[in-house]
Amino acid sequence: MKFAVVVFPGSNCDRDMYHAVKDGLNEEVDMVWYQEADLSQYDAILLPGGFSYGDYLRSGAIASTSDIVAQIKEAAEAGKPILGVCNGFQILLETGLLPGAMLPNRDLKFICHHEELQVENNETMFTSKYQEGEKIQIPIAHGDGNYYCDKSILGELKQNDQIVFTYTNNPNGSTGDIAGIVNEQGNVLGMMPHPERAVESLLGNEDGLRLFQSILTYWRNNHAIHA
Amino acid sequence: MPSMLEISPEQIEDKRLYAEMGLNDAEYKQITDLLGRRPNHTEVGLFSVMWSEHCSYKNSKPLLRKFPTEAPHVLQGPGEGAGVVDIGDGQAVVFKIESHNHPSAVEPYQGAATGVGGIIRDVFSMGARPIALLNSLRFGSLKHPRIKYLFEEVVRGIAGYGNCVGVPTVGGEVQFDDSYEANPLVNAMCVGLIKHEELQKGIAAGVGNTVMYVGAKTGRDGIHGATFASEELSEEAESKRPSVQVGDPFMEKLLIEACLEVIHHDALVGIQDMGAAGLTSSASEMASKAGTGMVMDLDHIPQREKDMTAYEMMLSESQERMLLVIEQGREKEIQAIFEKYDLEAVAVGEVIEEKRFRLLHHGEVVADVPVDALAEDAPVYHQPSEVPAYYREFQAMEDYKPAVENYKETLIQLLKQPTIASKEWVYDQYDTMVQTNTVVTPGSDAAVLRVRGTDKALAMTTDCNSRYIYLDPETGGKIAVAEAARNIVCSGGRPLGLTDGLNFGSPENPEIFWQMEKSVDGMSSACQSLGTPVISGNVSLYNESYGKAIYPTPIVGMVGLIEQTEHITRSDFKQAGDLIYMIGKTETEFGGSELQGMIEGRHFGKAPHLDLNVEKERQEVLLAAIQAGMVQSAHDISEGGLAVALAESLFSNGLGCKVELSGDKTAALFSETQSRFIVTVAPDHQEQFEQMMTEASFIGTVTDDGRYSVLVDEKNVINADTQELKEAWKGAIPCLVKSKA
Repeated sequence: MKFAVVVFPGSNCDRDMYHAVKDGLNEEVDMVWYQEADLSQYDAILLPGGFSYGDYLRSGAIASTSDIVAQIKEAAEAGKPILGVCNGFQILLETGLLPGAMLPNRDLKFICHHEELQVENNETMFTSKYQEGEKIQIPIAHGDGNYYCDKSILGELKQNDQIVFTYTNNPNGSTGDIAGIVNEQGNVLGMMPHPERAVESLLGNEDGLRLFQSILTYWRNNHAIHA
Repeated sequence: MPSMLEISPEQIEDKRLYAEMGLNDAEYKQITDLLGRRPNHTEVGLFSVMWSEHCSYKNSKPLLRKFPTEAPHVLQGPGEGAGVVDIGDGQAVVFKIESHNHPSAVEPYQGAATGVGGIIRDVFSMGARPIALLNSLRFGSLKHPRIKYLFEEVVRGIAGYGNCVGVPTVGGEVQFDDSYEANPLVNAMCVGLIKHEELQKGIAAGVGNTVMYVGAKTGRDGIHGATFASEELSEEAESKRPSVQVGDPFMEKLLIEACLEVIHHDALVGIQDMGAAGLTSSASEMASKAGTGMVMDLDHIPQREKDMTAYEMMLSESQERMLLVIEQGREKEIQAIFEKYDLEAVAVGEVIEEKRFRLLHHGEVVADVPVDALAEDAPVYHQPSEVPAYYREFQAMEDYKPAVENYKETLIQLLKQPTIASKEWVYDQYDTMVQTNTVVTPGSDAAVLRVRGTDKALAMTTDCNSRYIYLDPETGGKIAVAEAARNIVCSGGRPLGLTDGLNFGSPENPEIFWQMEKSVDGMSSACQSLGTPVISGNVSLYNESYGKAIYPTPIVGMVGLIEQTEHITRSDFKQAGDLIYMIGKTETEFGGSELQGMIEGRHFGKAPHLDLNVEKERQEVLLAAIQAGMVQSAHDISEGGLAVALAESLFSNGLGCKVELSGDKTAALFSETQSRFIVTVAPDHQEQFEQMMTEASFIGTVTDDGRYSVLVDEKNVINADTQELKEAWKGAIPCLVKSKA
């Protein structure tokens, strides 16, 4: 399986994502510069964390206007797995691939530590290796991680099982304790916590690795059917 | 034309306008002698910044020469952007600390943010990828609203910059003392990793080569920042707000990636950050180091504002700018790399044979001075030194011993002292994990980062107990180095070297100069004994207001090498049943202690004694024990003594301890005798450990009942719920920050 990590000016978790796939999953992965990428060659697309364009204007807003977004949308329509973490999630919101918006954290401070998440939906291509209701530890590191959507969208998200992860101890004021959501088709996941920071026992936490393993399992099953 | 309005050289001399720029009469005279004529306005500006203490170290040079700076593993000592130390396998670690005290006192967010930006540039201009940030902060008492504002904004500024550029802030220290009330200290340290062959230098070699400017445009911000940093703060300091620069971490992130790509290009000759004194220092230093000269046409300098004068451009300290020297004719190749990152690289000058620094503006020569006159010929002052009256008085005092009645309550109060209390409120705002190398996050004795692709790791810390240094600068200087080394050793590492951030009051005050002299002596002897050369550093003087100086604060930033990741050791206790040992004997030493400050509201008497031979011996044996796999946890005993160190060891894992001590209760619990450690050992290793570590005494056992229990001479002295202690320790700073004064 071949992964692309899309690098925008100001992305800073691009290498971490790269290593999570290369060293954690032992799969092929390239870091592709946003202007030079041909995403059609890849089986999954990863939008890393960081501060694309310095988060000026709004987090993710400027990156969402770049040409590569058309390719990301194409991949989304083709049903490829697309994972946006932190700034990647913010970009997915700004492009409209996922519903809702991101506000500054409730306490107006950047926060970085391990946070407990609950797996709400383990039937996605990103979460099949987790148990439903399982509690996992994943680091967060963000200033604008307060997910917002109105009541009707929240209702839809619940009804369609689009809420994938929630915080058990809401750190940032997110609506419905939401930590991560998928699109209706289930192939675009946006989440504020950083699974790529939790793939090695040396760094104290491996709870994020199963997310990448889930993607690989999905792809293998899917690929086998097509082949 | 702005030049028509320019003040004439005669006016500068007659009205002593050079004095406003920070030059004295003798220095002005020296400049006219060097030039053989009166300097014009721009030239006086160049000299005033290059001869400021910040750039020339004119008051501290004679002291800095005392530091040991060489060792076989030192690849680059002081003099370049940052020092470089070999860590084997063709890799090296690059690090430096720098102060941003004065700007942070006036505009704390931007002052701290640009301090971080500047030190990162120092590291990547060497060709290294920045992998970690640390910072050492000092503030007055959090009781004052102004201090709360400074504290909150400095932390927010460090977070705002470091988080955005994607370099984890992994460690540091924050201390509070009234002596910093008007002069907070903000020292930022950056650590980078490099392959030997990628090492760059800031040199303008090769006559005819092109000088290129990259990064943010030059504006009117930060003009005279270096001079501002070399003066006392006063009521007029607020009016110096324009001397504080504004940072753009996004631009810095682009510069990091672009410059780390450019260093692989063979057309690159030299690269340097435009730090203090901006274009002036970077350009003249690069030429001076290469034994060349440089001509620059200021019309080509990218400018953010209209009608900037030569003086303004040369003295601007606009951030996120780099100066490169590249092979003539290959400009386009370099420009192509920067264009990828939307950065413009502009040819602004040329390396010349004649050792002159010549500036053109609107077709006219606006400055023409010998390069070395700026970078090398600054005067060096041997300031008079005098033993302060307070020191004699303190030395003559009887040993101080506090009267303690309720030991548990005293421990709780100590845990609430802001210097001891948990700094989670601070580091929770820092991205400590980006780059996914951080093995030990803030809160242990030192931060630990693995070196990806190897089995090695790096331990890093900053340390300085300025109270000891105030009481006795020589002993205190030794302790600062020794304590940093203890923290590295407790983490499983061997200290490699250090960077020093020397923060003092005015060197023109003989008693302050004496503090500088003695603390450098103490640090130097500790560096010799412990084998930790000084590889880089920074000097910040004139940290005083209204005649009152800060405590002498020479901060030690130290990096150590952990040979195998399995040696990584933390300070927190691991498992119930483990045996607790104390290495070293406790004396009654309370001069400068946390308890003295808490009870008396001031510090006096003698600093704790330190024997460097004992220190070295204990550190070596402890490291050997850790490397042999015998040690479960290791923690140095520092502020607040054994009682505090024990409590800190329990907080992460919610364990308890049952400890039995003997002798004087107050000393046993709270004395700050040096060169002591708490170590836990699994019962299986008891015999082996005791044979190896003959100076260790068994004091108790780790328990799983969540109780903190200490007996002295078989009498119960403290019996507390660990959770209660933890709440006091954890809640103190958030409580102080939130409370209304």
